[in-house]
Amino acid sequence: MAQIETTPKTAPSTPETARRSSAGAVLARALRGNLRQYGMLVALALIVLLFQFWTDGILLQPLNITNLIQQNGYILILAIGMMIVIIAGHIDLSVGSLAAFVGAAAAVMMVEHRMPWPVALVAALLIGALAGAWQGFWIAYLGIPSFIVTLAGMLLFRGGTQILLQGQSVAPFPKGFQNISSGFLPAVGPHTDYHNLTLLLGLSVLAVAILQEVRGRRRAASYGLEPLPAGLFLVKLGAITASVVAFTLLLASYHGVPIVLLILGVLLVGFGYVMRNSILGRHTYAIGGNEAAARLSGVKSKRVVFLAFVNMGVLAALAGLVFAARLNAGTPQAGINFELEAIAAAFIGGASASGGVGTVLGALTGGLVLGVLNNGMSLVGVGTDYQQVIKGLVLLAAVGFDVYNKRKAGA
Amino acid sequence: MARPVLEMRSISKTFPGVKALSEVNLTVGTGEVHAVCGENGAGKSTLMKVLSGVHPHGSYEGEIYFEGEPCRFRDIRASEQRGIVIIHQELALVPYLSVAENIFLGNEHATRGVISWHRTLTHAAALIRQVGLDESPHTRIADLGVGKQQLVEIAKALAKKVKLLILDEPTAALNDEDSRKLLDLILELKAQGISCILISHKLNEIARVADSVTVLRDGRTIETIAIGPDGISEERIIRGMVGRDLEHRYPERAPQIGEVAFEIDGWSVQHPIDHRRRVVDGASLNVRRGEIVGVAGLMGAGRTELAMSVFGRSYGRWTGGRVRLHGREIRTRTVPEAIGHGIAYVTEDRKQLGLNLGDDISRNISLSALGKVARRGWVDRHEEARIAESFRRTMSIKAPSVFAETGKLSGGNQQKVVLSKWIFAEPEVLILDEPTRGIDIGAKAEIYTVVAELAAQGKAVLVISSELPELLGLCDRIYTMAEGRITGEVPRADATQESLMRLMTMSAAYPDKQV
Repeated sequence: MAQIETTPKTAPSTPETARRSSAGAVLARALRGNLRQYGMLVALALIVLLFQFWTDGILLQPLNITNLIQQNGYILILAIGMMIVIIAGHIDLSVGSLAAFVGAAAAVMMVEHRMPWPVALVAALLIGALAGAWQGFWIAYLGIPSFIVTLAGMLLFRGGTQILLQGQSVAPFPKGFQNISSGFLPAVGPHTDYHNLTLLLGLSVLAVAILQEVRGRRRAASYGLEPLPAGLFLVKLGAITASVVAFTLLLASYHGVPIVLLILGVLLVGFGYVMRNSILGRHTYAIGGNEAAARLSGVKSKRVVFLAFVNMGVLAALAGLVFAARLNAGTPQAGINFELEAIAAAFIGGASASGGVGTVLGALTGGLVLGVLNNGMSLVGVGTDYQQVIKGLVLLAAVGFDVYNKRKAGA
Repeated sequence: MARPVLEMRSISKTFPGVKALSEVNLTVGTGEVHAVCGENGAGKSTLMKVLSGVHPHGSYEGEIYFEGEPCRFRDIRASEQRGIVIIHQELALVPYLSVAENIFLGNEHATRGVISWHRTLTHAAALIRQVGLDESPHTRIADLGVGKQQLVEIAKALAKKVKLLILDEPTAALNDEDSRKLLDLILELKAQGISCILISHKLNEIARVADSVTVLRDGRTIETIAIGPDGISEERIIRGMVGRDLEHRYPERAPQIGEVAFEIDGWSVQHPIDHRRRVVDGASLNVRRGEIVGVAGLMGAGRTELAMSVFGRSYGRWTGGRVRLHGREIRTRTVPEAIGHGIAYVTEDRKQLGLNLGDDISRNISLSALGKVARRGWVDRHEEARIAESFRRTMSIKAPSVFAETGKLSGGNQQKVVLSKWIFAEPEVLILDEPTRGIDIGAKAEIYTVVAELAAQGKAVLVISSELPELLGLCDRIYTMAEGRITGEVPRADATQESLMRLMTMSAAYPDKQV
């Protein structure tokens, strides 16, 4: 008992010590504080560099980058929803089947019933929401473990897909629908060597990012937190600027921003903001962190869990639509193992198996780590057999590293 | 004193940044019952962990001699092989295995990995008889009460051929009768030559069974007192434990007591699983504005259950009773309803029920009233951090910043965070359940001051506590509970520890026992 009460006697660092300590020490401290978040970003950067070198520069070619985004878009969409479910302390094994089911339903609506694609799209998202509500009801209000409810859902929706499609693929889709997955922002304005709208978008993203950083720094100072030294802060801004500019130019020199990337960007900003700044988001973290304490603090935990599954249903539907649009068909085999990829992405991206921890950005980072590994290994000719082995080890290493770090910090 | 079975010489143990033990000496005679007392954090548990090998040899300084031989335990198994067995406060039994299986867990009667049930059951039956447990070896642990589980633990120790038995607060969760049985058993084992270290806060217990007592404070040995036939001076032990007079720990108050603010009337609750058990039975009490009212009771009296049931039916099954605020009946059927009416419940179990340990101070404080720092569902994190910072200063929460993880704070600072959380909700009625459990003296005094301030602001405060001096020092009026019923109501001026204890131990079976 004694050590629990007496360990954290580390003196709060005063401004004097901060000024005296070297930039390296400050950087180390800042990194340690956000190890999991920065760590994964750094790991992603290293993996990208590794494969860039290994593939003789093919990895970062505009065409390949665009492919990478379009190939992984649906997994990343699932990973965002999965991250939120995991933060709330649950799991969803049904998302692959549900994505297939929704893709199939959309296919039937558009191809067999000749529905206009925007109507089918909205209807498909509604189906996803309903499926999520169905599972959320059993989990949140009847207290059945999510593992079991969504395992049942996995079978249910897979079977439903096969019933809907009668075992056959249904195709083709209208062009407008296909664009969700394979389209780009339209080309407008004067002819340059680059895609104009993409440049504009890149510039505005850069402006907002820098504004946020500056505001964050000013606020940190007002909480009495030790801000990054000015030099390091400039380096950080420089790094942000360089990566945004480089990425924008890459995309702009090809077809521009894929629609999928736009969807992902909106989801990242939207869900990121909701999870950080909304009462609902805060309650999700609280429930995952300590449900009993959250409930005794007046958090309506059942409602929050229910909504997390409704949201997961909608995102699974969206992923299913993007995947169907990419294949240009609704197929009975769609979405197999998607749930596992999404769960792996969330855990690589910093989720905790016990809930309460994780970020939307982390989910995307984790998903991209897997995506770049897939893409890079395919480029250098590693077979899918070895790819699976390596991805399995990466998942284990990422979570193992985190557990090791936590234990070290807690000791 | 008899030849020592155990000698621990100048044991020092340092955790990062903290010296938990410094130069502690402990000598236990063969066949002796030796009590160790000290406040929470005095180093008792750490000392026992050093002795039992939880902190292995090399991680501490000093020497341990057992039966005259130097010992260097690598782990618990090593110390158990020498016959040193520790029984922790939280029992280490597997609920869905039988008594016999638990007794020999990790120590099975087996030949080449195959358990011999014949030897297991006959040996278990003998041990069960030895500890005076009246149960079949086949009974599941889950079907036994805590008192009997404790006896199973001792049987388990005997199965390991224990020579020195260490009991950490063995009677904390037991009723009087079970406690008495357990203490008798300790004396019986002593007669059989088994030495015992008894960690306890209960001085009457120590007086009854111990031959000598060692007092620890702040990781140091204060003194070892032999207990003669005339018993011991409780004052001397208490002075040794706390190192200062008891009187000055409580804030001076000039209570401004107003009209009745909060009333519970005829509240009854059934056990969540066993509906035949009435955990709270027609309890009624009231608290006035500006008043601090105590609820005294032993473990299992139903105090926490009453409070949690009133607070959004968070425990058991409600079967009757009303709550009134300023004379008007209110509904408190869910936690948000209770909070909405200005009721706050500060839990006794801050780690399990009070905090999200993985999250930072600011978000823990704002959780129960997030709406106050939010507009249309969006949290103003700037405002949230500002408010948390002001609590950090006024409550003197020791942490580098309000973004520090609550799981890394000390118990006292965690308690201050939980308290801040509920003060932030600006309740009219505060129910504080064991507000100072497991925290150091300094933090205790600070929390008493905060409680006194809350009352001075006109809030109605209900304090549930197991420490009678705390209730006597803090409260204007004290209710006592036993077996789910309110057994007495005593104004501060008339209350003594003895009078309260008499009411707290009043059994429903003998209502005429009331004095």
